[in-house]
Amino acid sequence: MKAFTYERAKDPVAAARAATRPGAKFLAGGTNLLDLMKIEVETPTHLIDVQDLKLDRIEKTEDGGLRIGALVTNTALSADERVRRDYGVLSRAIAAGASGQLRNKATTAGNLLQRTRCPYFYDTNMACNKRKPGSGCSAIGGYSRQLAVVGTSGQCIATNPSDMNVAMRVLDAVVETVNPQGQTRAIPIADFHRLPGDTPHIETVLQPGELITSVTLPRPLGGTHIYEKVRDRASYAFALISVAAVVQKDGSGRVAVGGVAHKPWRVEAADAQLPAGAKAVTARLLADARPTEHNAFKVPLVERTIAAVISQARTA
Amino acid sequence: MVGGAATAMAASTPSDAQTKRTTMPPDPAAMPVTMPVTLKVNGKDRPLSLDPRTTLLDALREHLHLSGTKKGCDHGQCGACTVLVNGQRINSCLSLALQHDGDAITTIEGLGTPDKLHPMQAAFVRHDGYQCGYCTPGQICSAVAVLDEIRAGVPSHVQADLMARPQASNIEMRERMSGNICRCGAYSNIADAMADVAGAKA
Repeated sequence: MKAFTYERAKDPVAAARAATRPGAKFLAGGTNLLDLMKIEVETPTHLIDVQDLKLDRIEKTEDGGLRIGALVTNTALSADERVRRDYGVLSRAIAAGASGQLRNKATTAGNLLQRTRCPYFYDTNMACNKRKPGSGCSAIGGYSRQLAVVGTSGQCIATNPSDMNVAMRVLDAVVETVNPQGQTRAIPIADFHRLPGDTPHIETVLQPGELITSVTLPRPLGGTHIYEKVRDRASYAFALISVAAVVQKDGSGRVAVGGVAHKPWRVEAADAQLPAGAKAVTARLLADARPTEHNAFKVPLVERTIAAVISQARTA
Repeated sequence: MVGGAATAMAASTPSDAQTKRTTMPPDPAAMPVTMPVTLKVNGKDRPLSLDPRTTLLDALREHLHLSGTKKGCDHGQCGACTVLVNGQRINSCLSLALQHDGDAITTIEGLGTPDKLHPMQAAFVRHDGYQCGYCTPGQICSAVAVLDEIRAGVPSHVQADLMARPQASNIEMRERMSGNICRCGAYSNIADAMADVAGAKA
């Protein structure tokens, strides 16, 4: 691990200001950042520990939703009674990810910013435009079974590895931030993560120093909440694909998919196809899919998993 | 921030110092400095002065010589380094010691002693919940925390009804312990030991 200096920020704006220093990074739970620092994929020269910022509460919003502090742990969020009752898809998505130890440490904001698990991103001997812009992409033409099938570019086919993000996307969560000047803004989750394009190293729309302070959920949607994750072992593995869905009694609803793109994948026009069935939904959702020979299986897997979800919702 | 290269060397083991000499850049400004941190380990305040890079795991093993907590993968994948921080289990390898100033850390050494085993330690012995024993301290710390998490109503991936109280069933134990790998494959006996302590049939 490269040497760095360490500070504990006292308030969010001070943290944001400190983070404008070149080489500075926020440290929340650290479960992803420290892992990447050990293999020198991440090499910050200064860490700003945000644990004292008191952003660890879950509160009701004025319009009947929930405001989740950036530092609420994955365990606390998944276990919160209001989340279990009104946003079951979120509780289930979090419980489907990582291990108990990691969920106790990982935070809401940290999970939003979780970096890809593309093996070529992790291997510093390989070319990776995300790790080293302009160096090329070893994943394209390489072993790509885990990687993205839609929204890819000629520079990057990495996926967003988070389960939580897929549920946040289906719920239309909003990311709230503060910048070094003290200005706040609210970013819809649909706009928060970027597609790789020509700049796969820029993964979100956050500006330098901008700090996530909370994530809000709109008022409860009702319906049946389902998170179905398909992976190579029964627990503690990243998704091959996952489906987050909220389905109403009349068969209408919304659906987002994980493990297929650089961001949690949702196409509103595909939501409208839910009453018509999984084939119609998938046709819209993955209309522009460009899978590789290794991950072409993900397209029918998405369709079959959506079919399973629709059938579960019918019998719920 | 205190000290300089000399303090860092003094606080390190000889082999650490060797590694640093060969891998650190010669620029003195880039030389490691240490920072003070106090961990409350197994009930006792332990003030330390550490290179910021020191993980909680390395602070426990290399600086406090509590070698019960094991380093397996050092990447949060195997669970051998599991300790309890303020009552919650975490991977001590994926946490900086500096993140835990003032935190109460419980390691396997703090759970029980050879003369007075923690009930979970006794159950592991009774049910043969290990072979080589390397993953065992992490398994036991994790198992103790799992039963607390079930009591506190933390949901799991295998729970059918999110609003129901989670049960201390075999399938729940297996799911909740998936962050602890045992290469000897003592899993079924570990689940039995946990069920024993939980007072449930596995």
